[in-house]
Amino acid sequence: MDISFNDDQIEISGQARRFLENECPIEYVREMFEDVRGFTDALWGKMAELGWMGVRIPEEYNGIGLGFMELCIILEEQGRALLPAPYYSTVVLATELLLEAGNKEQKKNYLPGIAAGEMRGTLALQEPDSGPVPGYIQMKARARGNTYILDGTKLFVPDAHVSDFLICASRTQAGNDPAKGITLFLVDSKAKGVSITPLLTMDGTRKQCRVQFKDVAVSKDSILGKVHSGWKPLKRVIMRALVGLSAENVGGAQKAMDIAVEYAMTREQFNQPIGAFQAIKHKCAEMLVDVEGSRSLLYYAAWAQEEEKPQAASLAASAIKVFSSDAYRNVTSAGIQVLGGMGCTWEHDLHLYLKRAKANQVALGDSAFYREEVAQMLGC
Amino acid sequence: MDYRLTLQDEEFRKQFREWLNKNFKGDKVLSSTATLEETVVVYRASQKKLFDAGYAGIQYDPRYGGRGGSMMEQIIVQEELASYADSHGLRVNAIGFGMAGPVINSVGTEEQKQEFLPKLLDGSHIWCQGFSEPNSGSDLASVATKAVRDGDYYVVNGQKIWTSIAHLADYCMLLVRTNPDVPKHKGLSYLLLDMKQPGVDVRLVKQLTGESEFCEVFLDDVRIPATMLVGSEDEGWMIGITTLMFERVMGDLTAANRFMLEFKGIQKMARKMKRGGRSVLEDGVFRQKLAQSYIELMVLKYNGFRSLSNVIKKGIPGPEGSIGKILWSELHQRMTELAMEIEGPYNQLTKGSPLAVDDGIWQYAFLRAKGNTIEAGSSEILRNTIGERVLGLPKDMARIVKR
Repeated sequence: MDISFNDDQIEISGQARRFLENECPIEYVREMFEDVRGFTDALWGKMAELGWMGVRIPEEYNGIGLGFMELCIILEEQGRALLPAPYYSTVVLATELLLEAGNKEQKKNYLPGIAAGEMRGTLALQEPDSGPVPGYIQMKARARGNTYILDGTKLFVPDAHVSDFLICASRTQAGNDPAKGITLFLVDSKAKGVSITPLLTMDGTRKQCRVQFKDVAVSKDSILGKVHSGWKPLKRVIMRALVGLSAENVGGAQKAMDIAVEYAMTREQFNQPIGAFQAIKHKCAEMLVDVEGSRSLLYYAAWAQEEEKPQAASLAASAIKVFSSDAYRNVTSAGIQVLGGMGCTWEHDLHLYLKRAKANQVALGDSAFYREEVAQMLGC
Repeated sequence: MDYRLTLQDEEFRKQFREWLNKNFKGDKVLSSTATLEETVVVYRASQKKLFDAGYAGIQYDPRYGGRGGSMMEQIIVQEELASYADSHGLRVNAIGFGMAGPVINSVGTEEQKQEFLPKLLDGSHIWCQGFSEPNSGSDLASVATKAVRDGDYYVVNGQKIWTSIAHLADYCMLLVRTNPDVPKHKGLSYLLLDMKQPGVDVRLVKQLTGESEFCEVFLDDVRIPATMLVGSEDEGWMIGITTLMFERVMGDLTAANRFMLEFKGIQKMARKMKRGGRSVLEDGVFRQKLAQSYIELMVLKYNGFRSLSNVIKKGIPGPEGSIGKILWSELHQRMTELAMEIEGPYNQLTKGSPLAVDDGIWQYAFLRAKGNTIEAGSSEILRNTIGERVLGLPKDMARIVKR
């Protein structure tokens, strides 16, 4: 047993921290928060040069083929910096799905473009009636000759407005069981009948969209994985994405705690720094419990995705999503209380972290949903 | 990063498990309503078995009866023994293994090691810890029990309180003031006290559980040989901080193992308890709460692994090492509170009632857990420590640090 980063991982982490401090200061985050597109090509290009787009893509497709842990290390730093970029959608959701379910042809068509920073994708999963249940997929895809016709609405699709392709989970057989009848389709974002509308969301650092499909015809070649059997790879990727979001949570919560602690050390009332008062000190200590507790489970969950059996990996992913999401919410909320009136202003940065925390908390299913998943896995 | 054990360690686990199956499984075990006195008898016999088979004191030197094994082997033994802890009374000497042993082993004299370590490991000696006093609780460094050197002896006068199982213990790890003229942290020493010697008066404290595990210990002109001083005079405080790092992490991991088992018990109980005719496990609210407890147990476990790994690699845990006690003590209170909620109106029935669920163990666990956030460092003191030592926040009123 050795629970520490190796030299390469330490290097990746340090490099990511330095890169983002230089390239993604909070001023940039604020600018992109207000920007409809939400990121600049200049920064996207630099991230690609660093190898971040292809971190998980094998060398044969021009990636660097590192492990899931390395991706999580990068995501932790991105969470800390609140990086606004379609990275989670492209690298965590779309790329992992292509790696998990794509055939050779599809990998060849998409992965090198992603690795080069020239192509972006996302996952169209949630629907108006699915609420926080990721497996509730009712949008239909009807077979017609050599094509499928997609009809329906997807909601909360991250970064769809800047995507080149969408992976759309649709029903090819009626029913409610996600294990039966779900098929994944690769759809060109500019295809006829696809309309993408950015949503006005609280968290401006990660854009989300409504995607409407109206008689969108896709060829059978664009089925990702097997017909009717899309849930298995999708579930596996959702589990990894939960861990990825949790890595962001840990990085963001750490930064929010740092901000609150820094303020508690410098802000004086009653002739002493407010951090000397136990009421404030204990709030800060509670933040550390949340942050370090999350981090300890995060590293195991990241490791488990590649090393443990699916059931144990899913249990760890569900558990860390719940714990780290709630922790991020707790830390940012308590942080605002420590900052007092300042914390309630638009001018101070802490609300940006609170908003990301709230977005991540419901992304791909909320805490109540995953607690129920945990209960089922435990045989409750 | 690797959470797996080496093949060698796995092999050791297999051997030990087989040994336990052969030697522990068939034992007549303690019932859930056993008294402390009964527990001590079973503990001594079980510990002796472990000792004779070479499974006691995994990391101790064979010269003192230990196995001379690795830290990982120690963890494995601890994990495997978790499911026997209740039935075989193995927690009764927690102070012996968690404190007396490690302190004597690291700063004791050769004579002390030879005299005390084998008897700790073979189950002959049970230890208690004489730290808290009526006026020294969270402010432990203010202890007033005085030890005055008189030739080859220390003459000790004072009073200790909350001393677990002092009435059954053979020896006590006693924290005394040897120098009243220096700042409070700098005048403290450890003495090894024979609990049977004259001048030692133990009185039971009846706890809210109805049982008496804690005691008051009155020390009236107790003459302790100077050879029973552990470590240097006046350096007791530092010894406590430096030698018990590993034990604290082990304590967190032991708690994780123990509460994982307890969780299974609560889950089983929930299945049979009814709400409006249906199993509690069918109630969404309770499913949420059970899952949340389990998620926190996972945090506790992997936080413990992370601290342990840091202790092995760097000698000290990272920031995660400071949160284990808060995690386990507060989680345990929530878990036992949940057990009570699951029982519903049955949670009013205690040991002895024929209708009591699971012999009333959850009522006891619930009440006993109230002490968890107080004993061995209250949650408030721990949060001060985290705030000041880990996060660097200024001390209360006293000194203002500007960054």
